[in-house]
Amino acid sequence: MSATTAIVTGTTPPRRQTPVRRRTTRDFFARLPMRAIIAVLLIVEIYPMVWMFFGSFKTQSEFLNEPFWSLPQSWGLENYVEVFTTGEFGKYIVNSVIVVFPSLAIILLLGVAAGFTLEVMVWKGRGPVLLLFLAAIMVPTQMILLPLFTIYFQLHLTGTLWPLVLTYVATGLPLTVFMMATFFRAVPREVFEAATIDGANVFGLFWRIGLPLVRNALFTVGLVQFFFLWNDLLIALTFTNSSDLRTIQVGLLNFTGEYGAVQYGPTFAAIAVNVFGTLLIYLFLNQQVMKGLTAGSVKG
Amino acid sequence: MHKVLGDKRAILVLLGPALLVYTLVMLVPIIWSLFYTVQDGNPITGFTFAGFDNFAKFFQDPAAWDAVLFTLRYALVLTVLQVGVGYLLSLMYVFWLRRGSGLIRTIVFFPVVLPTVAVALLFQRLFEAAPTTGPVNTLIQFLGGGNVDWFGTPMASFWIIILMDLWRSMGFYAVLLYAGLVDIPDELIESARIDGASGWKLIRTIVLPLSLPVLLSSLIFSINGTLKVFDTIVALTNGGPGNASTPLTLYMFRTSFAYGDYGYGSTIALMLTILCLLFTVFIFRSTRNDLTKG
Repeated sequence: MSATTAIVTGTTPPRRQTPVRRRTTRDFFARLPMRAIIAVLLIVEIYPMVWMFFGSFKTQSEFLNEPFWSLPQSWGLENYVEVFTTGEFGKYIVNSVIVVFPSLAIILLLGVAAGFTLEVMVWKGRGPVLLLFLAAIMVPTQMILLPLFTIYFQLHLTGTLWPLVLTYVATGLPLTVFMMATFFRAVPREVFEAATIDGANVFGLFWRIGLPLVRNALFTVGLVQFFFLWNDLLIALTFTNSSDLRTIQVGLLNFTGEYGAVQYGPTFAAIAVNVFGTLLIYLFLNQQVMKGLTAGSVKG
Repeated sequence: MHKVLGDKRAILVLLGPALLVYTLVMLVPIIWSLFYTVQDGNPITGFTFAGFDNFAKFFQDPAAWDAVLFTLRYALVLTVLQVGVGYLLSLMYVFWLRRGSGLIRTIVFFPVVLPTVAVALLFQRLFEAAPTTGPVNTLIQFLGGGNVDWFGTPMASFWIIILMDLWRSMGFYAVLLYAGLVDIPDELIESARIDGASGWKLIRTIVLPLSLPVLLSSLIFSINGTLKVFDTIVALTNGGPGNASTPLTLYMFRTSFAYGDYGYGSTIALMLTILCLLFTVFIFRSTRNDLTKG
């Protein structure tokens, strides 16, 4: 698979030799265009976030009468209160949490067990089964939505959060199985063979030797899947037919629609609340996130 | 030894649950969806056999063709831009910023993790024309331009969609391609420098050919992702103005859930799947030809 070329180490610093050179005025001017490019890049990336943050404290009249660069006149939390009362964001966040985390746990458990079986264990047909898991990676989710809707409807699961959990688990599995199999492939076979000679049975082998060996990989895959599930809109939009089931993304999508005219302050506060979780995770775990997401780019 | 690692019962216990869920919720629906393409109706009204009517309808439906054209235009433009800008950024990281690129890489990457809906709502405000003037229009007016209604014309809204997705994805492709560039051995670059190659010539003759494999996989990921665009458009323009920015995914979604036409919806989904496959095969083929020529 071409995917293996993309399993990357986004963190290793380049080993290029920098010739030692004295800094002169000419050097300073030679570097100026590059510095300008970097400055523009940083403004383009960071300013929207700063603008959002300030905007979440402004009142409606500040939005309509002051220029966009003005600072908020007070730092009251009225907009945020609005988001959690009228906007019912508390409910949406709870829905997202009770759907995403159990799904994530199931994906990782089933995925690592399947990856172990497909890569470490010896049996006929493991090649075709791995291919079977890969087959669906590039198939658009749209292909499975309609039959699933029928199935969930017939099983009377519509109106609960079960459709989301089941669909998330199934759509998360191919990538997880593929990535776990790749990580197990990197473990020397002797490790497992030595353990079987020592008399360990397969489940012990999986639980006490296989799992600890891929613990870091499991964390990385978990992070990747967390972002996919937390930020999902298509599946959540399809299977949340009442406002009580909305996840945080569907809630935000419907947020502006609940007022006649745009309520700027609450909208900005809602965006800030929505962005907060993933931004916080990125602040602390950015290296793992970068590594994981680029490795998982097969998903497209 | 192989007895332990070949334990049939263990294989069943460890692989069974994953395979079962995957089969029931992914594979069975994919096949099931194929049966829908030759039927009419939805689960509530019931289905009737329709033969190949849905396919005939697809090829005669102007809205479907608009959706195909929009999807292709969006996917091609964005793929070229995000892989292109990503590659330029990665060259900048490796050859100009060198060791100092860590922080910049991390900052330019961050929009990837933001929820699309949130970014879209933010971009709506950034490019707003009325009743408040957003930062972008303020800047344009400051530079002497007029107030642009970005979401009012098909052309402008197309470029807003492209711009937003480029903002979100360029850092991602930069890191992906950066990893490919770092793998190029230093000795190769150094010896080319000694031979007199520098700047643009060095990049064109040494760096570009060596980063071709990772560029190729980036193109495949990008085209597969962009053909399936949904979140960005639903949240940013909702297909508008009119139906000017409606891709196949959104057209399928509306046909199925707003009009309850599951048969036609499945047909559109199948067409999208075929489109993704065609492009992947096409990119593979075209590069293989190049390799044999070189």
